[in-house]
Amino acid sequence: MAILIDEETKVIIQGITGREAVTFTRGMLDYGTKVVAGVTPGKEGQEVYGVPVYDCVKTALENHEANTTIVSVPPRFAKDATFEAIDAGIKLINVFTERIPRADVIEMVAFAKQRGARIIGPNSLGMISPGKVKLGPIGGPVDECNKAFTPGNVAVLSRSGGMLVETCSQLSLNGIGQSIAINIGGDPIIGSTFFELLPLLEKDPQTKVIVLFCEPGTVQEETTAKFVKETSYKKPIVAFIAGSFVDTMPGMRFGHAAVIVHGETGSTKAKARIMREAGIRVVDYHSQIVTEVRKILEEIS
Amino acid sequence: MRLYEFEAKSIFAAHNVPIPRGKVIVTPEDAKKVAEEVGGAVVLKAQVLATGRGKVGGVKFAFTPEEAESTASWMFKSKIKGYSVEKILVEEKLEMEQELYVGATYNEVEKKKVMICSSIGGMDINEVSQRYPEKIFKVLIDPFIGFQPYQAKELSYGLKLPFQISKTIQSVMLKLWEIFVKFDATLTEINPLGLTKEGKLIVCDAHIEIEDDALFRQKKRLEEFGIKEREDKARPPTEFEIRAAEIDKADYRGVAGRVTEFDGNLGLLIGAGGGSLTTFDAVLNHGGKPANYCEVGGNAPVSKIYNLAKLILTKPGVKGLAVITNVYSNSRVDFLARGVIKAMVELGIDPKKYPILFRSAGAFEEDGYAILRKYGVKYYGRETPMDKAARLAVEMMKGKE
Repeated sequence: MAILIDEETKVIIQGITGREAVTFTRGMLDYGTKVVAGVTPGKEGQEVYGVPVYDCVKTALENHEANTTIVSVPPRFAKDATFEAIDAGIKLINVFTERIPRADVIEMVAFAKQRGARIIGPNSLGMISPGKVKLGPIGGPVDECNKAFTPGNVAVLSRSGGMLVETCSQLSLNGIGQSIAINIGGDPIIGSTFFELLPLLEKDPQTKVIVLFCEPGTVQEETTAKFVKETSYKKPIVAFIAGSFVDTMPGMRFGHAAVIVHGETGSTKAKARIMREAGIRVVDYHSQIVTEVRKILEEIS
Repeated sequence: MRLYEFEAKSIFAAHNVPIPRGKVIVTPEDAKKVAEEVGGAVVLKAQVLATGRGKVGGVKFAFTPEEAESTASWMFKSKIKGYSVEKILVEEKLEMEQELYVGATYNEVEKKKVMICSSIGGMDINEVSQRYPEKIFKVLIDPFIGFQPYQAKELSYGLKLPFQISKTIQSVMLKLWEIFVKFDATLTEINPLGLTKEGKLIVCDAHIEIEDDALFRQKKRLEEFGIKEREDKARPPTEFEIRAAEIDKADYRGVAGRVTEFDGNLGLLIGAGGGSLTTFDAVLNHGGKPANYCEVGGNAPVSKIYNLAKLILTKPGVKGLAVITNVYSNSRVDFLARGVIKAMVELGIDPKKYPILFRSAGAFEEDGYAILRKYGVKYYGRETPMDKAARLAVEMMKGKE
């Protein structure tokens, strides 16, 4: 048992008939994920690899049992699709859509909070509990996915989708498996930041170590450090912060929408310092994540 | 997308928030005309999308129309923080009793919009919040209720101004909020909001940033104000960056072409998002000298990779190429290999002799590696960490300066 997703996860995909969604639906089914239905207005009655498509989330849920949804619709429809899922009672919403206006995102987040639902994303590439279930294209086709992700005791949370796969791939190559891997999304405002997921991981018996892949911009890492310090967080955390060169180029955007530094705010230097002060083990090179995690696993056992 | 001051001011004026008398001009002669119309001393403000222009000659006073003309003439010839000056805002020079601040933005931690006011204006608001936290007043806004008059009232009381002035500030705040929401802005501020001796409030400077991702629903509204869509950069884009952006625009598929120019000798084609940040850092930390930053991912087609590789390989000063990506989920390694090889072959570069290093893995990696083997390119897979590949690329460049 990890967090958020497991064998009981039953998924609907909003926007299932889109080009990318069709591809990752195949990948999810091959991985063994229970994709019970899809939703695309106007396409009711069609199928995507045997998954029935409906016009509305409500009708899909009248015909199938589901507790999770993937929102993979164009930006202008993303808020409505998320509202629709929340209103239909779905409690876990993984939003893949990139470039959703912030004004919409804060409404999505507020409505989810009101109804006790959780949003992962937007601008997420998905999540995976290795060997059990995966949401979205994360890891690619099933054979590739099995090379990158293996079951184990390390939880990996990442602001980057690509680097989530890379990080887990490095761990797996070195015989270290993962309990859960989540791409929390690359936008400035997201449904679940690092520290909002940490309490769940603290309670998860499968997770022994947590790895965070961090980036410049926002104050996510800073708030995470504060949380870890204030709550005397019990599990060891290893962090890598990419993009220290961005510190020297204020106002310029690199990579994700959230990667922009203004003075000291959001700089990797400040992040590293504050995280270290909180007892988080910040490594300088990406490949050192493996070394550090291995060290901790040896210490624990 | 950041608006020019004159654009932001025109929006405030259209919402009945007073702005100084004046006009935006494009020739020195017009500066003279406007100064004559306005009468008395004027202020000339270079319209550039840079903060802190006042400190580098972007804001000047003129006391006669002739002086306005000569100052404008000088300003049009100068560069303000790297930007050439194409427009100048000429306005009446005003005497203020006090300078205040009102603004709206997002609080990323609380995931809400926030309204801010301060009795200190004309200074960067982040600086004010650090130096004079007691002079800054904020309220988080419930997304489903919005900013309400009672909140404006509560905020304005912090400024400790006479009741009538307080009431005017409240109405300015409500109008600012209206603009902030209506235009999908990420930041809307009047800084400073001037308070005249007569107790009138006036927009001395205004700053509006519209969210790029919301432009799709702002087109018509911006057109009404004669505002054209444009891309923001902290500095003007270079020729190289413009060409890369054109390559990206020519094909909607894939993230490829977010390019920043540097002056080193090692050309880079690196995985998008976090992958590019990781690789670029590693190259620098190992002492490498990147010629550019360039992301490739999101399943970019061969043609796009080919065009970018060509652009980078022909950049003056480039003596080697590193293609380093994370393990791909939804991109293809063979596309990456084909694009790069095609560019080299076409440019008459022998991949066997040219300093090139390739590190990628994921979908269709075997096909990709087969192409690289055929052309004699040194390649690495997932077993080689990205930062190690970056180190090897830097070592490959030794003696190539």
